[in-house]
Amino acid sequence: MKLTLRVWRQKNADAEGAMSTYEVDGISSDMSFLEMLDVLNEQLILAGEEPVAFDHDCREGICGACSLVINGDAHGPERTTTCQLHMRSFEDGDTIDIEPWRAAAFPVIKDLVVDRSAFDRIIQAGGYVTAPTGSAPEAHATPVPKADADFAFEHAECIGCGACVAACPNGAAMLFTSAKVNHLNVLPQGAPERETRVLDMVAQMDAEGFGGCTLTGECATACPKGIPLVSITNMNKEWLRATRKAGKR
Amino acid sequence: MARTMWDSTVGKKTVMAVSGLIMLLYLVAHMIGNLKIYFGAGEFNHYAHWLRTVGEPFMHYEWTLWLIRVVLIVAVVAHATSAYQLSRRDIKARPSKYVHSRPRASYATRTMRWGGIILGLFLVWHLLDLSTGTVHSGGFQEGHPYQNVVDTFSTWYGDVIYIVAMLALGLHIRHGFWSAAQTLGVGSRARDRALKTIANVLALLLTAGFIAVPVGVMTGVVS
Repeated sequence: MKLTLRVWRQKNADAEGAMSTYEVDGISSDMSFLEMLDVLNEQLILAGEEPVAFDHDCREGICGACSLVINGDAHGPERTTTCQLHMRSFEDGDTIDIEPWRAAAFPVIKDLVVDRSAFDRIIQAGGYVTAPTGSAPEAHATPVPKADADFAFEHAECIGCGACVAACPNGAAMLFTSAKVNHLNVLPQGAPERETRVLDMVAQMDAEGFGGCTLTGECATACPKGIPLVSITNMNKEWLRATRKAGKR
Repeated sequence: MARTMWDSTVGKKTVMAVSGLIMLLYLVAHMIGNLKIYFGAGEFNHYAHWLRTVGEPFMHYEWTLWLIRVVLIVAVVAHATSAYQLSRRDIKARPSKYVHSRPRASYATRTMRWGGIILGLFLVWHLLDLSTGTVHSGGFQEGHPYQNVVDTFSTWYGDVIYIVAMLALGLHIRHGFWSAAQTLGVGSRARDRALKTIANVLALLLTAGFIAVPVGVMTGVVS
């Protein structure tokens, strides 16, 4: 395959960025999107140019490091992570636009790499359980109803890649935050911090400069892990419940 | 608690949802009342007069009406203020656009902001036209709403402004009602289809019901 790539190049956080055009040849349709970028970078290095910086780690769709907006879609045309996107999703001769996540709370560090530490701070605000550490507890010590376990697991699938923020026209982090809140709030292990968790995490989300939710649904469409839009509804319910409880205290 | 509400994006959305639902409830009553115009000047004017005497003798003349007006003014101000503040925040949260962009979300969703502004401007014109009579065409007569309505919809611009605003209203309710349910946490997978259907039915009924009045005047059924 021969492709034309238009890639966002930006020297550092303070520099002005722009789209640069590159040609790549000899791309196999079995290559992953990141392997295709590796080919481009080898080409650039041989030509004595600066390679394109992009985030990647596990390359098997579970770490949430890769983060590219491909032809206007977070993680590209397939509902998966960029690393699990393969070149067979494109045609020979295609022009592909590659951009970083766009959000005020995710500033570009270099080229296609953005700073997603805002997510870490949301997690620090309440995305944990206060549980004794040590050896694994007896599996039957804390019974969890099947429906709750499924609900928790569905939300625990979130890998924190930030595609929801990238896809949202408001740069909102509601889907990410709701996945984390719901995952822990439904379980008995997360019950002691049920109210403070949702209040603190939403407050941190706002403090990081993410936008608000207008229920456009773009986040859930972009999510490689299929976190549903109703996750946000559930977090709203939890937030209102916690606010009422806090008001009574 | 009020502070927590107003300082949070989720809380402000709650304010929008509740104020929106109050206005929606009022609009249903308003639309039903409007349709009385099809039963002649007597019934319509009598209905308008009754609105001022609701609750008597417990309430004084026009007290109930003013109570409703105050609630509505508070709802409009709360709705618009939170919409403005949330929109400002949303736009700031997404400062740079994608080079490769495509329309995000459905038409009703994308037009919520402009649609809201259109509805706000319409509301001002509507009150100046049929409540105070300030911009009314053809001599506003206090206490003769039937004639005033016919006068307004006998002008081309009266029809255009009204019909455009009612179409905007339909779109606004289509996304707004469903969104309010999500914001208030009552949405779920099982209820999603029902909520979307209710939103569409409400949008359609209100738009059709309101537009029926200028259509009635235009076709000469109401004169």
